[in-house]
Amino acid sequence: MANKISDETIEYVGILAKLKLSGEEKEKARADMEKMLDYIDTLNELDTEGVAPMCHIFPVNNVFREDEASRKDGSEETLANAPLRKDNYFKVPKTIG
Amino acid sequence: MTKQYETVIGLEVHVELATKTKIFCSCSTEFGGEPNTHTCPVCTGMPGSLPVLNKKVVEYAIAIGLATNCDITRVCRFDRKNYFYPDNPQNYQISQLYLPIAANGHVEIEVGDKKKKIRIHEMHMEEDAGKLIHDEWDDTSLVDYNRSGVPLVEIVSEPDMRSADEVIAYLEKLRMIIQYLGASDCKLQEGSMRADVNLSVREAGTEKFGTRTEMKNLNSFKAIARAIQGERERQIELLEEGKAVIQETRRWDDNKEYSYAMRSKEDAKDYRYFPEPDLVPIVISDEWIGQIQKKQPELRTEKLKRYQKEFDIPQYDAQIITGSRHMAEIFEEASAICGKPKKVRQRWLLEASPRRCPTG
Amino acid sequence: MDITSMTAVGLGKKIKAGELTAVEAVKGCLAQIDKVEKDVHSFVTIDREEALRRAEEVQKQIDEGILNSPLAGVPVAVKDNLCTDRMRTTCSSKILENFSPSYTAEAVRNLEKAGAVVIGKTNMDEFAMGSTTETSYFGVTRNPWNLNHVPGGSSGGSCAAVAAGESPFALGSDTGGSIRQPSSFCGVVGLKPTYGTVSRYGLIAYGSSLDQIGPIAKDVTDCAAILEAIAAHDPKDSTSIDRNAYQNAGTAGGEGQPAFGYDFMSALVNDVSGMRIGIPKDYFGDGLDAEVREKILAAVRILEECGAVAEEFDLSLVQYAIPAYYVIASAEASSNLSRFDGVKYGYRTQEDEGLHNMYKKTRSEGFGPEVKRRIMLGSFVLSSGYYEAYYLKALKTKALIKEAFDQAFARYDVIIAPAAPTTAPELGKSLSDPLKMYLGDIYTVSVNLAGLPGISIPVGKDRKGLPVGMQIIGNCFEENKIIRAAYTLEQKGGRIS
Repeated sequence: MANKISDETIEYVGILAKLKLSGEEKEKARADMEKMLDYIDTLNELDTEGVAPMCHIFPVNNVFREDEASRKDGSEETLANAPLRKDNYFKVPKTIG
Repeated sequence: MTKQYETVIGLEVHVELATKTKIFCSCSTEFGGEPNTHTCPVCTGMPGSLPVLNKKVVEYAIAIGLATNCDITRVCRFDRKNYFYPDNPQNYQISQLYLPIAANGHVEIEVGDKKKKIRIHEMHMEEDAGKLIHDEWDDTSLVDYNRSGVPLVEIVSEPDMRSADEVIAYLEKLRMIIQYLGASDCKLQEGSMRADVNLSVREAGTEKFGTRTEMKNLNSFKAIARAIQGERERQIELLEEGKAVIQETRRWDDNKEYSYAMRSKEDAKDYRYFPEPDLVPIVISDEWIGQIQKKQPELRTEKLKRYQKEFDIPQYDAQIITGSRHMAEIFEEASAICGKPKKVRQRWLLEASPRRCPTG
Repeated sequence: MDITSMTAVGLGKKIKAGELTAVEAVKGCLAQIDKVEKDVHSFVTIDREEALRRAEEVQKQIDEGILNSPLAGVPVAVKDNLCTDRMRTTCSSKILENFSPSYTAEAVRNLEKAGAVVIGKTNMDEFAMGSTTETSYFGVTRNPWNLNHVPGGSSGGSCAAVAAGESPFALGSDTGGSIRQPSSFCGVVGLKPTYGTVSRYGLIAYGSSLDQIGPIAKDVTDCAAILEAIAAHDPKDSTSIDRNAYQNAGTAGGEGQPAFGYDFMSALVNDVSGMRIGIPKDYFGDGLDAEVREKILAAVRILEECGAVAEEFDLSLVQYAIPAYYVIASAEASSNLSRFDGVKYGYRTQEDEGLHNMYKKTRSEGFGPEVKRRIMLGSFVLSSGYYEAYYLKALKTKALIKEAFDQAFARYDVIIAPAAPTTAPELGKSLSDPLKMYLGDIYTVSVNLAGLPGISIPVGKDRKGLPVGMQIIGNCFEENKIIRAAYTLEQKGGRIS
């Protein structure tokens, strides 16, 4: 079945992904996505009844660190690449609340 | 003739755990500190950095789960919760949705002389966000990631509470349990314990729940009580006017005693959870649970019972002595040295103890 | 001395023998870079002074006998998605144009410990999304064999640098074929290790559950030596596997078997007698260029002459690997790349009124079209109501694909496949139809989904003079079998030139 992606969906996904697409880009994104989803839908031919979704390939569990602190002032390295900073803070447009 | 309404409340309680280091890196969790000093590539979301789980976080979570009568999930894992906000450096929070560490618990509360069970739906581990402060000077916001990655558990109750008193009794109960466990200091004002209130109203006698709202930014028991009252009235007013309550998140302003909708087109509330590929599952064995169980201290409820029986002291006194684990321990040590406490010693302890009201 | 044709291990030997210094090796590379870089454009960043300074330091340690690894003093080019302390790391993206990390990727650190000298950072498809190195913000890389053709991707810069003699070896990363396919196009040897073998710490993630770092070099010996240097259990990467302790419960290893370990040089054995080779029929049917097929089957015959036993078989589910891969990789990428938001590092839009506007402008201006395409797709498949139909379905498909490989490896020691359907395409011919470009990954992505090791080695050239590569796939942790097969073939066939 051919997938149809609405303008609203492209708009909505743009909000989720924080991407602002131009009119032309939107058209392209929609066409690409429809095509990809049609292709992805071929997975529905596969019977996956009772198959457990596989996140990790190897059965490795319980990888932990001990609760030991490193006492290092990380501020300079953390802020070194800041596009905008004020004192030792990152500066961003005003957030609500 | 006005209708009678019942308030239905469920809580989401966030508790910062008392670990020395953050949940996924070895930065200190100490309070204070100059901005962004307790940071590293991991807790500031630098590209290429990877999380490694602090074992102590899991142990505290199991301890809290056991003390609140939860089932411990034997194979649990982390998921990513995706949303953009500057206090969230990766723009996803590592949390647990599909397999939280504990579920199906309960605690018992007492309001007046009525006992009531409050059920716990689930409890999960997650990382805290950084701090945003408003810069009045040029009307921007400033970000400090010192708190980013501090370990939290979020305890989600069932909608079992019906009044502010019950809510506060439940919070007090949780706080006492967690403080006794040493898993957190649970200070509301400092933010090491935070509660979001899910509230709806319905006509008394009806079964069906009304539409609920979620209220955030509640920093004290008093604020919680006022917010519950305020939101209850707001919802009833809407219903009386024949309007609908909208399911939304609201921010309580304790100064204005009013809550404001935190709605925006940009907050789609679609978190696109999926299993965190950078972390492996946590398998919790019987042995591990057993070890933690063995180390669980005697909690307040048990102490209360024992004191009244063993030391033959009035319930009121026992309640004060067990008001903190620390004081209870002093009392027990004193008793061990001097034998059964005489009335005099009990009184001394009671007088000498700092009689702080539980303000949170 | 002309170092441009030397292998890394060969060069290391000469440095150790005192026939050449580490500084001369770096200078030799820089001279070759000066000669060919304007045509090939393998690099995003070249740090001459730092490389020479490091070479001097390393030479001193070699002279003092502190350093004696086979790679001591040997220059290396590093793909630009591996973080390097105080050397800019861009992922070939505008959004990271000026990003300078304060840490070095664990794999690169391990190489530096072994005495290798980083000369620069190589060009790639933006955030490793692409198969041609044409999506780079810094311009295309050209195939040294024919400058009108692409080098492949996403590790195109690394492969081109090795093929052009600009660096004796390089590091790449492979999420869906990004080491093996460009190695094939550039006539070099590239190895993607078993997932978890090389630490991902400091690798800027694309698809976290699929990404692996691996060596790109002139021959199989180099690949084994480099892998030995970079592979190690790393407590900073929770998905890193301790191969000394891990025993595969599945078909290989198993109870009482020795651990898999980190010794890869010992697999450099010119002998495949009795080795069982599986040839998946579905990989050699329609869609595979006739010349590529012919060269690969000729290589299989050589291995048979050496005593291996090859057999065709049905590897099921082949057609489902690409859709499953694109769902998983795009979903993970949409989340991994959300951190690029103009707040902490990287590009930020000039016009930053309002928080969400700032986010959108920054990201829309900072990312290229292919990256945006995958972020959009990934965000969509994870969004409310679609998670189960797409993401979970893909994870289930992944489980079935892994199972199909388990069954195959119960019967075969290695599987032989193409690395790409064709030799390198011409520049500018691939990007117009994304789906068609994605279909080119058909022989490589299932290996990432199943976590398997794979090596791409040259097996000849087509009529146009472009290299043909062949892929040898092993079971998890069985790098040694693919190294052995590749080494034997190389001894028989010689390197292409």
